[in-house]
This record gives sequence, structure tokens and C-alpha cells, in this order.
Amino acid sequence: MNDQSSFQTDALIAEDIDAYLEQHQHKSLLRFITCGSVDDGKSTLIGRLLYDSKMIFEDQLAALESDSIKHGTQGQEIDFALLVDGLAAEREQGITIDVAYRFFTTEKRKFIVADTPGHEQYTRNMVTGASTADLAVILIDARKGVLQQTRRHSYLVHLLGIRHVVLAVNKMDLVGYDQATFDAILADYRVFATSIGITAFTAIPISGFKGDNITALSANTPWYSGPALIEHLETVEVDAAAAQTQPFRMPVQWVNRPNLDFRGFAGQIASGVVRPGDAVRIVPSGKTSTVKTIRTFDGDLDEAVAGQSVTLTLADEVDCSRGDLIAAAGDPPQASDQFCATFVWMDEEALKPGRGYWLKLGTQMVTATVQPPKYEIDVNSLEHLAAKTLSLNAIGVAEFATDRPIAFEPYTQNRQLGGFILIDKFTNATVAAGMIEFNLRRADNVHWQPVAITRDDHAGMKNQKPKVLWFTGLSGSGKSTIANEVEKQLFVMNRHTFLLDGDNVRHGLNRDLGFTEADRIENIRRVGEVAKLMADAGLIVLTAFISPFRAERQLVREMLPDGEFIEIFVDTPLSVAEARDVKGLYKKARSGQLKNFTGIDSPYEPPEAPEIRVNTVDMTPEEAARYIIQQILPLK
Amino acid sequence: MRSLTHLERLEAESIHIFREVVAEAENPVMLYSVGKDSSVMLHLARKAFYPAPPPFPMLHVASGWDFGDLLAHRDKTVREYGLKLIIAKNDDAEAQGINPFDTGSALYSQAQLTDPLKRALTEHGFDAAFGGGRRDEEKARAKERIFSFRSAAHRWDPKNQRPELWNLYNAKKTKGESIRVFPISNWTELDIWQYIALENIDIVPLYFSKPRPTVQRDGMILVVDDDRFRLEPGEEPVTRSVRFRTLGCYPLTGATESDATEMNDIIQEMLLATGSERQGRAIDKGQSASMEDKKQEGYF
Repeated sequence: MNDQSSFQTDALIAEDIDAYLEQHQHKSLLRFITCGSVDDGKSTLIGRLLYDSKMIFEDQLAALESDSIKHGTQGQEIDFALLVDGLAAEREQGITIDVAYRFFTTEKRKFIVADTPGHEQYTRNMVTGASTADLAVILIDARKGVLQQTRRHSYLVHLLGIRHVVLAVNKMDLVGYDQATFDAILADYRVFATSIGITAFTAIPISGFKGDNITALSANTPWYSGPALIEHLETVEVDAAAAQTQPFRMPVQWVNRPNLDFRGFAGQIASGVVRPGDAVRIVPSGKTSTVKTIRTFDGDLDEAVAGQSVTLTLADEVDCSRGDLIAAAGDPPQASDQFCATFVWMDEEALKPGRGYWLKLGTQMVTATVQPPKYEIDVNSLEHLAAKTLSLNAIGVAEFATDRPIAFEPYTQNRQLGGFILIDKFTNATVAAGMIEFNLRRADNVHWQPVAITRDDHAGMKNQKPKVLWFTGLSGSGKSTIANEVEKQLFVMNRHTFLLDGDNVRHGLNRDLGFTEADRIENIRRVGEVAKLMADAGLIVLTAFISPFRAERQLVREMLPDGEFIEIFVDTPLSVAEARDVKGLYKKARSGQLKNFTGIDSPYEPPEAPEIRVNTVDMTPEEAARYIIQQILPLK
Repeated sequence: MRSLTHLERLEAESIHIFREVVAEAENPVMLYSVGKDSSVMLHLARKAFYPAPPPFPMLHVASGWDFGDLLAHRDKTVREYGLKLIIAKNDDAEAQGINPFDTGSALYSQAQLTDPLKRALTEHGFDAAFGGGRRDEEKARAKERIFSFRSAAHRWDPKNQRPELWNLYNAKKTKGESIRVFPISNWTELDIWQYIALENIDIVPLYFSKPRPTVQRDGMILVVDDDRFRLEPGEEPVTRSVRFRTLGCYPLTGATESDATEMNDIIQEMLLATGSERQGRAIDKGQSASMEDKKQEGYF
């Protein structure tokens, strides 16, 4: 039998329990996951770890011995796998069908093992087990080498952001402890691992059944000079420590308000370090304050680090509640309502793009819709497949939109702030797990600077309600003419207005943009942002741009408070506009001198439900302007 | 840089779970059995909401055959920490002729523990109940989620559990459904004892050895806790130095002979022990999947 020096020593316990306890109070915790296909000996390995670490008591061992004879697959020898195969039904089938958590301890560390199945249909369970693991042990049967399952498991481990990978080449006893077999598997795996982005892993030749290289190096593999499995597990760095080096973030779980004199924000620190006096920013509101105290049952702390559950009090009475995030003031996380994520579908009922699901990230719960996936990832070949939806156990990449901005980090940077679940609003089932890749709205990286004079103050001083009158229509439809007329009439009414049109924007702000589809989209986005700022300043803004795409007009609509965006469709038929051809542009477009001309070789998407539609065939510009103003009254 | 110890990480996780439930459930309650696991849970709950007291009541399922010391400890704790206590009890047991001596263990636990628990949860409309279950206790528990959903009839469906990823818990439930929440799922028996020692948590004196009147029966040492204990013909209580690793109804809970009178002695004994802690419970005997069957019935 192997030397068990790394496991608890009865001698120390018996002779000096105080010394033993002192030593064990300072142990760290490592969570890891074991993955392998059905016959790789995974349960046997875990059973072996529990057995060698004396986590098996005599009564359990007696039950194990009788079970081994009844259900065992190892003849008369103890079948360690039976120790960990839990639920009655699966015990009959001889397969682990769910995630089970096991515990053992050595002199240096306490371990929590997520035992997950290797069966193809259970991707969901492996993803679940991997989400909390710092390390993954990927088991390979030395007789079979790298299989499709090995690739699938490795991909999932990498996808879930596990930084430490152990390749345990098991059943070495069945290949005569042959070094060449081990080396060949190692070389084979390295090629694959590198291709999916696993840059480092530790390969160990073992036998879970015989106990080789588990607790100590085995005499059967004199050619192997690396660490035994336990030794390696005892020494790798845990993620919680790494998270401390990042900027401070704490999702607020609960506002603790036992009486009027105390208001504390309770949460578990997701990253970084916090100290009293630190400047913090509430995300997404952008309000700032400083940390007054770190309150705990054990007294006020001078410092708290990632992983700890604490209660913070702030120096100012700022708005902050469950779902907000308290972050380092100088380095807050992104907040956005659109992002791209990789996600795993976990429900029998497939994804319905466009349907609203609950999305929970940290302590934030919002409604999210998912765009049709950009692609699905075949977990076996890792190919990108075209997909309209995702079904159970499928993995894909899609864009997500939420009903309000949420604070997050890319998953690769922080698992707590980049990982989310989707919940079906009808069945309440957890239907998907997602990992945010990147923000789709770069501008939202800039945090709002809360201002003392609000947009209501600005508007109030002007004695009007801000609006954006968004004129859209073909070139030559009469947008600019009518918009000018509307502004003149509003001016007479003592309204504060401003007109944005192609001339004053294209020559300055947007002079770097051309007329490709991408540039047109960017042109409208910028105009939308400027219009929004002017509306914030209390102005009635008029814009006259072709703005051919519905999506961009919708984007601008969503930037503004409800009711402030007035879409005005200057509905002039192409034939009429082309006949007018005030600037001679249609002629140039028809002759091919002008490319990407809306209505000719570039599409115009008319509004489906504009607030106002004007017909320039039957109305003069003055009539159209009067009609528009009637529609937008009252102006206060 | 400061690395957290395993106990600090377990503590932080449990506190996180307590707060999630209080933030998302409407009417939570904590199952308080007064045992060592409950004592740790209560300590964690007090930490989670400090300086406020735990914002939920304690529910004790009393079988009527509880150890006297346990009830005394319960009442002292409730008084000291200003907790609200609800006691669930089957008052008809005596009339129904149910007692730990004549009734089979399955029927007894159903009538005295499971049914009163279910009734109390329904009566008070609790939609979330904290329990002290640990995954290391038993194979069936190893696979249970931290948030475990029960139908309106309090049944558990092991085939239909929600996946739990990262530290995200889905607490959404349909009308009539309730959640059993296990904040100390990831603690082991050793963790519990180490934490009790480290945090100086006050526990029932029954865990410490002292001379107690006992009889030996079916390979178990039983303590004659009060004069309702039915002695068999010729049986004489003998004074032995004994303690308990786990606490249930006193006529059904086996004691172990021990000299452990200090916390560290207890831990030492536990580490050198050769039997699992549930060995002392008559209720868990029977076929090895029995715990799973009981869970499906609504036992915690």
C-alpha cells in the first residue's frame, strides 16, 4: 500500500490534538471536478481518495463490502465506485447520473469534489459541477487514449474558465505501467488542448483501482518524476486568491436596516479588497461615496477581501439596493443592456429567441431576450454550426438584450460577475447558463457623472418638455424643408429648438463617415446621441436624416424617455422624390455615378408605426408643419 | 493578499445563502433541532444579518421524547438571542398509541417528526425553510441541491432538480411550492466541530461526556432521560460516562462511552472514530437507500 503521509495522521491526533487542530484551522479549500467517460474509473478514483483519506467509516465499509458482492464489477475486491454512486435508481444502472459533491481532507487542504457524469446527454451536469471548481481532473483510460469525450470534457472545462487542468491517465496497471503509452497519450492530448486554448496542464499516470501515484509516487512508474495526484491538488493556487488582485466589486444582496440609525449593504465580495475610507461607486447609478465601516458580527474590520461575506456602511445617504453593485470608484465595471455571451441550454424546451426570460447575474434579476444564435458549437468537433435555436445540452453564442442596464465583467475576467443563469418565466426552471464575452455597447463603459442640475431642471427653465422630432424619408422627400418650417413656427411660439441635419453634421461631427451601410448606421447613432444630449439640455430637437434602417431609429427611440421620441415619416413615393430631384442626386445614382443611394441601390425601411405621417403630395410644407405641431401639443 | 481558510470560505458561502433566501423568499423559517448543526446554522444566521437579529423564526419539531437537556438549551438560547420560537408537535400521539417503544421506527418518525413538520410549514405558510442537512452525511444527500424544491405536498423529486451554477440560486417558485434550503451543505462533520471550537459556540451539554443512567439494548447504549423510559424485565439502569455524537429522540438515540469532557476531546474522538455519526440513529437503519425514501416523503 502507498504511503499516506499527506492524509491525516492518527498519531498526531492521538498525541497532540491541540497541535492538530491548530494546523487544520489554517487549511485552505480547493474545489475540483472529475470528468471522464463512463468506464474511465472516475467513481473508483473518488472512492479511492475518500478511502485513503479515512473518510469511510467501518459501518460504511461493511455496507460497501456487502454491496460490492451484490452490485460490484470488481469481482471479490472492494468496488470503490459503489461508495459514491448515490441515488437508488442510478445504482441499479451502475451509472452516476447527476452531480454529487464529496469531501475529503489532507494535512494541507480540504477538498470538495464535484463528481459529474461522462454521458453525452449530461453536458448540463458537467457545466454545473465545473462552475464552482478551481481545478479539473480529466480522466483518460490508458488503454483507450484521447477519446471524443475527452475533447468534449476539456472544451467544457475551458469554457467554464477552469485554469488548472490535470490529465489523469488512469488504469496504468492494465497497460503494464508502460511509459510509451503514457507519453503517446500526453503528446496527443497536448495538440488538442493547445488548439482549444488550454495552455498548461499537468499529466499524471495513475491507477485509481490499485492506488498508484494517488497519495505518493508509485514504484511501478519509476520513469515518472512529477507530483502524485494529491500532492498536486494540495499545492495549486485557488481562484479566490487570484480574485483579490482585481478591482473591488461587491454585488449588494440585502440592505440591512434594523433601525433608523443603521443602514448597511450586505454582500459577498466578488473581487478585490475593500478598506474603510475607500472611494466607491454604485453601479449602474454612478453615485459615489466612501466606505465608512466594514461591519461584521466579529467587530469592524480594517480590510475585507474577495470571497468574504460582509456588511458595508457608507459615508453618504446614497440610493443603493439589492441588485446594485458597489465598486472601486476609480475603476468600476461595465454596465450595459446588450452583450454577447456563450451559453449552454439546460432545459427540455428549446430556446425561444425573442421571448423574455429572467436573467440572474450576481444579485441582479432582469428580463432578457436572446437573439437567434450566431452559431451553435458542436462539442465534439468544436465546429460552428448554423442554428436558429438551442436545445437541451447545446452550446451556442448569441447577443442578449436586457430591459435595463446591468453591471458585469467578461466571464474570463471574473466568473461571479460574468456568469448568469436564465430562468423560464412560466415554469421557473433554470433553462440556461451563460458566460458573457463582451459588451455590445462600448459607450456604456463611460460611467454617468451624476449632475446637480437635472434634465427636468433644464426643461423647466425653458418652460417646455424636451422632444426629439425625428424626420425620416427618402432623399428629396421634403424632410429638411418641413423640419425647417416646423422650427420656424416653434420659434415664433417662444420654444427653444435646434435643428440637426445633414449639412451641420456631415461637415463636422461625422465628416469621417461615408455612405456604406456601416457608416450610415454610425451616422445615425451619433446623431441620436447628440439629439439625446440636447433633449437632456431641455431643447426640442429636430433631425432631418434619411435614417433608412428601422433598427437604428429604434435604437435612438430607446435612448430617450418614453414619449420624447416622435418619429415623423415624410411619406413621399420614390417616383415623386425622384421626379423632384432637387439636388440632381437621383440622376447621378441612376447613372451609377453615386453608389449606395437610398431607394436606388440601398434599401429604405419605412416606419411601421410612426407617431406622425405626412403626405407631401397633398400638403404644402407650411401645412405639413402646422399639422405636425398640432400633433405634438401641448409643449409644456 | 490574504488567503481565506476553508472555514472562512464555508462561512462566507453559508452567509451568502442565508441572505439570498431572505432577499427572495416571502416567509422563511429555520428548522432548529437544537443539535450541533442547528447551533452552527444559528450562529451563521446571526452573522449574516448582524447587527439585525435573524429576520425569521425558529421552528423546533418536538417529538415529546426529546432530551431534557436539549429542551433546556433550546429555551435558554431563544431567550438569550431574542429569537422567535415555534414548536411543532403531534399532540395526538399519546391517544394514537404512538411511542418510541411500541411503534416501528418508520411509522414513529412519520407520525412524530415528518407529519408535524409538514403541518407546521403549511399552517404558517412558510415558503422557505432552512435545514441543517450536510452532503457528507449520507449518499442521497450528496446529490441534493442547496435549494431543494418541494411540491405543495412537501415531496422531493430527485429527478427534477434545478442546476445550481456559481453562487447563483434560482428561488422562483410556483404557488404552493416551497424551498428547503441547506446553507451548510458543504460542511463536513469535522468542519462543524472545528467551527464550534473556533467560534466558541454554545452547544447542548449532551455532546460532552458525563456519568448518565444508561441501559444497553440491541447493541446501543440508551440514556434513561426521564421516568417514562420503559425498562424491560430485569433491566437496571447503570451509570456510564457517555456522550452523544448526534441527537434524536432519547429512547432511539445511541450514546457512546467516552471520557471526552472538553471540545478538543470530542474532536479527537471523532477523528479517531471508526463509525459514521448516523450509526447511532435507529431511524436510519434498514435498507441503505432508506434516507432517500424518507426524503421523498418529506423528511428533512
